[in-house]
Amino acid sequence: MTTSRDTSSDITLLSAAAAVDAIERGELSAGELFEAYRAAAAGDELNAYLWVADEAPAPAGQDAPLRGVPLAVKDLFCTEGVPSQAGSKILEGYRPPYTATVVAKLAAAGAPLLGKTNQDEFAMGSSNENSAFGPVLNPWDRARVPGGSSGGSAAAVAAGSAPWALGTDTGGSIRQPAALCGIVGLKPTYGTVSRYGMIAFASSLDQAGPLTRDVTDAALLLKQMVGHDNRDSTSIGFPGEIELPRSGSLKGIRLGVPEELSGAGVGIEGGVLDAFNATLKLAESLGATVETCHLPHAPHALSAYYVLAPAEASSNLARYDGVRYGRRVENGGLVGMYTKTRSEGFGREVKRRIMLGTYSLSSGYYDAYYGRAQRVRTKIADDFRTAFAEFDFVVTPTAPSVAFELGAKTSDPMSMYVNDYCTVPMSLAGIPAISIPNGLSDGLPTGFQLCGPAFSENRMLEAAYALEQATGFEATGARIHA
Amino acid sequence: MTATAEFEPVIGLEIHVQLSTKTKMFCGCALSFGEPSNTLTCPTCLGLPGTLPRANAKAIHFGLMIGLALGSELAPRSIFHRKNYFYPDLPKGYQISQYDEPLCRGGQLGDVRIHRVHLEEDAAKLVHAGSSGRIHGSDASVVDFNRGGTPLAEIVTEPDVRSAAQAREWLTLLRTTLRQLGVSDVNMEEGSLRCDANISIRPVGSTALGTKTELKNMNSFRYLERGVNAEIARQETLLRSGGHVVQETLHFDPQTERITSLRSKEEAHDYRYFPEPDLVPVSTSDEMLAAARAAMPELPAAREERLQSLGISAASARQLAWRTELGDYFEAALAAGNPPVGAPIQPLANWVCNDLVRRVGEEDPNASQVTPAALAKLVGLVSEKALTVSNARLVLDRLVADGGDPAAIVEALGLGAMGGGDDVLDPLVDAALAANADAAEKIRSGNMKAIGAIIGHVMRETKGRADGAEVTRIVRHKLGL
Repeated sequence: MTTSRDTSSDITLLSAAAAVDAIERGELSAGELFEAYRAAAAGDELNAYLWVADEAPAPAGQDAPLRGVPLAVKDLFCTEGVPSQAGSKILEGYRPPYTATVVAKLAAAGAPLLGKTNQDEFAMGSSNENSAFGPVLNPWDRARVPGGSSGGSAAAVAAGSAPWALGTDTGGSIRQPAALCGIVGLKPTYGTVSRYGMIAFASSLDQAGPLTRDVTDAALLLKQMVGHDNRDSTSIGFPGEIELPRSGSLKGIRLGVPEELSGAGVGIEGGVLDAFNATLKLAESLGATVETCHLPHAPHALSAYYVLAPAEASSNLARYDGVRYGRRVENGGLVGMYTKTRSEGFGREVKRRIMLGTYSLSSGYYDAYYGRAQRVRTKIADDFRTAFAEFDFVVTPTAPSVAFELGAKTSDPMSMYVNDYCTVPMSLAGIPAISIPNGLSDGLPTGFQLCGPAFSENRMLEAAYALEQATGFEATGARIHA
Repeated sequence: MTATAEFEPVIGLEIHVQLSTKTKMFCGCALSFGEPSNTLTCPTCLGLPGTLPRANAKAIHFGLMIGLALGSELAPRSIFHRKNYFYPDLPKGYQISQYDEPLCRGGQLGDVRIHRVHLEEDAAKLVHAGSSGRIHGSDASVVDFNRGGTPLAEIVTEPDVRSAAQAREWLTLLRTTLRQLGVSDVNMEEGSLRCDANISIRPVGSTALGTKTELKNMNSFRYLERGVNAEIARQETLLRSGGHVVQETLHFDPQTERITSLRSKEEAHDYRYFPEPDLVPVSTSDEMLAAARAAMPELPAAREERLQSLGISAASARQLAWRTELGDYFEAALAAGNPPVGAPIQPLANWVCNDLVRRVGEEDPNASQVTPAALAKLVGLVSEKALTVSNARLVLDRLVADGGDPAAIVEALGLGAMGGGDDVLDPLVDAALAANADAAEKIRSGNMKAIGAIIGHVMRETKGRADGAEVTRIVRHKLGL
């Protein structure tokens, strides 16, 4: 919902799309906008940024489609000459010699790099408390977490120190922090956005996506992100173009509510479930049909995910060995150096997942763990295919709770992992999903998640836009707290 | 097991072949040919964070050609796996290889069956400072990433080899086949062809397999044969003294011919293979198969057969077919000589395989001063009896040294064979018989060996231009034999 708020006093209150329009009409200069955000990012008190640009880039972006509206980028995207540490001490100060495809594409499209945002180390976490550079604070309540792993990106967008941001989602790392910070987060179909230059967590699941203040901004940013990249063999590109949502109609749209992810016994917090059900009612009033559906294997998604993702991670993180770049701690000989470098360089959660993954790939255990998890993954994808034969979208609460207090779950990994309960199944299936703000519970944001078949981004954005217009929840709400 | 038991070796070979593509297996860097260290690298082959591999289509094409040459079954779909282990020459902490779904399965070359052929990337090169030349105990090691990521085809045989000599001979055939395919430089000394051997022995007559060891680092054909023999001997000594073979990976030191253990079975890596999630499966399309088939040259086995069918002896045909450059030279000479249909071509094969090879050794005769046309002409002069064999060898010496036209050399040196006419040779034979009365007497009494003295005399007089056979005929005639 657009407001009649006077934005002339604070240009950072403009949505990215509105800023693009204003620059296009000559009412706003890109340089001025960049400086306003640069100052906001430099003054950030949430620990959302790990690096902020010193100065605006050359004004080349002004004629490009995104008109120079700056972009906050999750730390794990490689940016040439700029620290890219994936939230880890083992890469402290690492400045890559090249830039990730999606960051380069967005810069070329007129979205210059504003800063690098804090994150859970190697994207492993749901609270941003696993960052080697300290936790990010939730702009709605600084005693609470912003979610993770793209917590810095979500907090920056919610707090208004970035117009929009790039995140990555492996099992919910865009959608969950978007929900906990009250903004929009979209995980595209696996393969639509190049992974080249994204420091990998779990290659078969990692996907870059936008974190934005509204659905239109998400579409506007995603439009410039998608595309085949011959440097990424798994990239497919997007058939056609991402379009900006316009109609806002839900007429005839069939929404499936999976019993397994949204039912009473699942463990969703009462306030979150109430907000979810209220939005379902609203959707019906707008002409959608809402029915219970089933994803029989979805309850096993988390287990499968915590076998597959750590398995890939244990291999992906083997390159941080102190030989070529990043931290090296000498300790008498090669094996000693390996051991000390990795012991000191990695945080607890990363080590835990390396151990888990190494174990599940070990000879004699592979079939029981990795092999079985892959079969579960196939079943989950089949479940979605079956559901989409009857429904346009499957909808769930994004996260089972609102933002929790810092430190509340750090001692119990399982309670932390459960945060991804509703987002992991879509990641395993490789399908697109979006979280949109869904009103407050106890004064804190909740998220409403829609997912659709592979490459259904345009239809999904339309539906999300319709709900956004109807609910009227504003992503700038956090500003009064921040 | 008794001390007198006869043992039979059972040997399987694992061959790594560096493919001569333009670029590396998973990035766009050029392959290294001794360039300064770390000049042929990029973020991908250095394993920098965020980089991704992409499979080299040409390497897959070469892999399919190898599969076709070995009669393998080509997988319609194959996948890459990650082989995980830590080592400084492995920048990602894993090697991208193939595991249970390789590009090619089965096949046969010569008398050895093929188990599989798969593609992978080569490791970088460690350079160790310090005395041992190996990583343990060296003062410092540096890594040269130029070689890292070079495409490799790994060819694994079934355990069909029964001796070190057979291993060497078969590897020669494989090398020729691969060279003929044009997929590799196949140079053992330079490391573009590497061979490991899995070796066990068992009592003759037994069909059970003994415990095997894996022998590495045999970087020449000679060392392969020596290393395998040394390991067979080691195992025999062990078994005869009541010991048993331990499954382990062994290192052969060609200087000392000593075999040392690299790691035992217990120390063997758990490579934690899993499907490489950064690469989509390789789908072998009909177009790719057609392209591989179209690129297939005639292979040594087929050439050997064809040459035999032209009337060349089995030994010559094998020699010409297994040494591609020799076969090429022979066929060029054959074409240049343009012999009439039905004329024997074995003499030309003999001249190439014996006289020419004796003079140029391991060198490529095509690069020598003797053009195939010149050799064809030389052989033609001999078969027309315009030149004796021994003088033809002298002419060949000159050709090897300076090149040129054989007829001109014959002319210049006055080596042309003397006509068979009795007018010319008769008086010379008479003189020879008169000067060697003893020999003449011996010949008369049936000792034909003595004719050598007569022929020698004539040859001296004619500077070798006389035809020995003709002289013999005249001698026999004159002595009434």
